[in-house]
Amino acid sequence: MSKQQPTQFINPETPGYVGFANLPNQVHRKSVKKGFEFTLMVVGESGLGKSTLINSLFLTDLYPERVIPGAAALNTRKTLLWEKIERTVQIEASTVEIEERGVKLRLTVVDTPGYGDAINCRDCFKTIISYIDEQFERYLHDESGLNRRHIIDNRVHCCFYFISPFGHGLKPLDVAFMKAIHNKVNIVPVIAKADTLTLKERERLKKRILDEIEEHNIKIYHLPDAESDEDEDFKEQTRLLKASIPFSVVGSNQLIEAKGKKVRGRLYPWGVVEVENPEHNDFLKLRTMLITHMQDLQEVTQDLHYENFRSERLKRGGRKVENEDMNKDQILLEKEAELRRMQEMIARMQAQMQMQMQGGDGDGGALGHHV
Amino acid sequence: MSELVPEPRPKPAVPMKPMSINSNLLGYIGIDTIIEQMRKKTMKTGFDFNIMVVGQSGLGKSTLVNTLFKSQVSRKASSWNREEKIPKTVEIKAIGHVIEEGGVKMKLTVIDTPGFGDQINNENCWEPIEKYINEQYEKFLKEEVNIARKKRIPDTRVHCCLYFISPTGHSLRPLDLEFMKHLSKVVNIIPVIAKADTMTLEEKSEFKQRVRKELEVNGIEFYPQKEFDEDLEDKTENDKIRQESMPFAVVGSDKEYQVNGKRVLGRKTPWGIIEVENLNHCEFALLRDFVIRTHLQDLKEVTHNIHYETYRAKRLNDNGGLPPVSVDTEESHDSNP
Repeated sequence: MSKQQPTQFINPETPGYVGFANLPNQVHRKSVKKGFEFTLMVVGESGLGKSTLINSLFLTDLYPERVIPGAAALNTRKTLLWEKIERTVQIEASTVEIEERGVKLRLTVVDTPGYGDAINCRDCFKTIISYIDEQFERYLHDESGLNRRHIIDNRVHCCFYFISPFGHGLKPLDVAFMKAIHNKVNIVPVIAKADTLTLKERERLKKRILDEIEEHNIKIYHLPDAESDEDEDFKEQTRLLKASIPFSVVGSNQLIEAKGKKVRGRLYPWGVVEVENPEHNDFLKLRTMLITHMQDLQEVTQDLHYENFRSERLKRGGRKVENEDMNKDQILLEKEAELRRMQEMIARMQAQMQMQMQGGDGDGGALGHHV
Repeated sequence: MSELVPEPRPKPAVPMKPMSINSNLLGYIGIDTIIEQMRKKTMKTGFDFNIMVVGQSGLGKSTLVNTLFKSQVSRKASSWNREEKIPKTVEIKAIGHVIEEGGVKMKLTVIDTPGFGDQINNENCWEPIEKYINEQYEKFLKEEVNIARKKRIPDTRVHCCLYFISPTGHSLRPLDLEFMKHLSKVVNIIPVIAKADTMTLEEKSEFKQRVRKELEVNGIEFYPQKEFDEDLEDKTENDKIRQESMPFAVVGSDKEYQVNGKRVLGRKTPWGIIEVENLNHCEFALLRDFVIRTHLQDLKEVTHNIHYETYRAKRLNDNGGLPPVSVDTEESHDSNP
């Protein structure tokens, strides 16, 4: 009849069990408190349904406990009816904080209006690449700084590249863009407006795109294989996901009445396309992939793309650039001081010359000639 | 036909109807049989029709032309090569077929323009197309001014150009505007919204309104052009088409499916079958009736009387009012405006 000793110091029953198997739980609790950050970039020609898809992905009305402040910020450009699309590519980043069951997600969606719209699109991805590089640069700078406690991670973790369903595969612009950024960001190719395609056309297009990606050696994001100790369901799910790349999706936030219940979809005279019906499109697969692999996307960004960037930067003399930034002001001050010194010197020399001349005159004038 | 009342007309004139005095006929003469005589003649000689399709690759141009003429007349049908690469520059490919219906023979030529709008840099990609159209006018002009010319000059001029607009749902792309601005002055352009099964009914009507507004704001006169309406009847009919139906939102298909016991052309999707000829689904039937059943002859006439005459006048003007005399001298004047 042992008295209730303070329970935390009782030796666990299993011999040899120390208890550090509890570490993952501690990490989990810490992360949950800290919250997660994720930056998603969407790139594609205008009119491919990018904004609608992003709204559909994160603006679900099925989870009432979800708190979505400022969600209207995500509905960026759908209401621009008469405005001319800017002919140069812009970068529009909107951030939203979503919370679900106590887990906070700070999601930033980076939109790229104007991409692919101009007649000459040669320069349209320069803006995008410099944005991505800027985020890496900023992170590198923060990481090398003195106070590293609150580094905000704005690096782009994932890029959804929207492929038009109207073509026969990838367009020259698609290939050029993906080759330019495949070493900087995880590319997830997505076939937009998939309700344009019949099933056969969809299969043909997917195969065509995969062939072309391989032909041009484009590195898209590859889902990691399921670990051998995961359960069968998860393994099956991962297998299905991998087989469906690139995902062909339809986005919508309108509720349509179909088969007696309200579903999100698009109403046509010949039928209803249901967004969340796996037989109609791969929307659910895309969302599942994004959610279950968010952590992996961040990891790959950190371990692969960021490290690539960092090593190249440092090779190029990154440190010099860093110091330059911090010391620019100092250099300016120094240069100013030098200028002042030189000016003083000149003034002194001038004064000396003056005195000499005056002295000569003065001598001559005032004192007369010394004989 | 001489004009009894000379009118100052800046453009090459469409012949006016001569002033007539209505007199009561005392008996049946048989003047109305001329219609029948013309019909017989046309059936014997047949006629030419040249249609050009322009648009980015994958918008369904070839399928639509096949559907329009209910036969495999497009370039895709002739070449068995399914694995097509986008050409580096705009190519012009003309395929001719003879199709016959009800004893009437039509020599149909479909001119395809692969490579248009597909490159990263699409500046001036309409130039090869403009050049081709002007070349056909030049060919016809040469034949016409020949001393010993053929009884029936082979007509390779482009009578109609279907321009395919991508169904983004937002607005026209800069390339669309540039192309139509340049080419609406040399050829009859009929804008068409491709793959219209991508839009719901509201999106479709919004998009059409926006496109119409943009075309108007940019001064693009698509066929049927307002200035060539001959009389009130034409005007009201064409106005209705211009302001309500155009641009036609179409869907093309060459596959048949069983719907309600009938075989219809359509597209089969997991959520339903899109019937090409069902007016509730898309406006293909309107386009077909417009191009083939009501305005086919008018397309040819406008091309001959207006666009060709404009080209001819410019050529003769450049030449000092003289027709280009012989074939040899022709070659040296290779300046196409």
